Amino acid sequence: MKFIRLKITILVLLASAVSSLAGNSIRNCTWCHGTSAQGFANAPRLAGQSPLYIENQLLSFFVHARDNPLSAQYMWAAAAGLNAETAHDLAVYFSMLPPEPAQDGNKQLIAMGQMIYEEGSPETDLAACAACHGPNAEGVRQIPRLGGLSYSYLKRRLEDWGEGYHASAEPPMPRIASKLYPEEIEALASFLSFVP
Amino acid sequence: MKVISLHSAMLTASLAIALALAGSADVSGRTAPRPRVSSKIEYCKDCHGASGQGYHGYLIMPRLAGQTSEYFENQLRAFAEHTRERALFINMARVHGMNPEMRASLAAQFRGLDPSPFGGGPRHLVATGKQIFQEGAPESNVPACAACHGPEGQGEGPNARLAGQLFPYTVNELKNWSSKRGADSQAAIMAPIARALSESQIVAIAAYLSYLK
Repeated sequence: MKFIRLKITILVLLASAVSSLAGNSIRNCTWCHGTSAQGFANAPRLAGQSPLYIENQLLSFFVHARDNPLSAQYMWAAAAGLNAETAHDLAVYFSMLPPEPAQDGNKQLIAMGQMIYEEGSPETDLAACAACHGPNAEGVRQIPRLGGLSYSYLKRRLEDWGEGYHASAEPPMPRIASKLYPEEIEALASFLSFVP
Repeated sequence: MKVISLHSAMLTASLAIALALAGSADVSGRTAPRPRVSSKIEYCKDCHGASGQGYHGYLIMPRLAGQTSEYFENQLRAFAEHTRERALFINMARVHGMNPEMRASLAAQFRGLDPSPFGGGPRHLVATGKQIFQEGAPESNVPACAACHGPEGQGEGPNARLAGQLFPYTVNELKNWSSKRGADSQAAIMAPIARALSESQIVAIAAYLSYLK
């Protein structure tokens, strides 16, 4: 019963999202993020992402708080014309699309990446990613889903933090990411790209 | 003479390398530095919040700020000995593993922090929660929380500070007390109490504590 109600809620939300969105808004996103929103080149997958996370990112592009070079180059302008309602509706819409894992990382690094993801490295005071991002890298509330994002996006994002960008992220991420060694970033990005 | 000094220099160097290697390399191949308290504190804060106020990620990581040292150290030992949270998807024994001196140093550090509580519980239940906390629940023979945890929930020795604890954390612990805490003697005191509390009583107590300074 609960499940049915949830499903109805989802359908209603989806319908309201689509109806209130000009088709152009979605097309403006899929232009770069892929026609089924699975991500393309530098643009990350949006399909299946946590809606609150997408919404927060759109707002942080809007106020220029997410400040890495690719965001400044593409997303600041893309988000400039958004109002809060459209940002919300886009977030809900893309969160409903079924995601596909990118699987573009180095397979040989999966085991090492999984170890860091699940347990961190207590000996070197690196926290476990899973504590916040979940056992299956599925994300929760405002915390993004990481499983299946592309290797190149994950790597770039983790490197950006280490270089001092992304003031908009919640407090622990810039600190934790800047503790990562390059080979740990490679391993994490590889592992996560294969998570279904 | 020169040969001898060269020899001893080489010996020193090889000793240094051997010692460095003994400092253990983790899975990433990175050599672990000697664990320093300041680095370990940052590590704790990465999950438990920048001022130890707690953080709700996928897991609910409790507030550590102001916690009693004895309770703090007991919990770290319980994780290490697999008596607390043994069924979790994260290896809590490894994540919380450290030697007793480090436990004591961290306990002292977090004891001294006093950030504002997060709040977050339903406000309309605060009064009910306060009443149960201070007077117990006679109809189910539940003693007053304040009897052991202090009139302000500030904790005492092995009895945890509860003031300012994250709302969902308190709810989660009380609802699943026995499976999460195991049969540790201190935890055993709480088991019948947690069982006797109804869900609405648990929510009310947690709401009250989430705002308590």
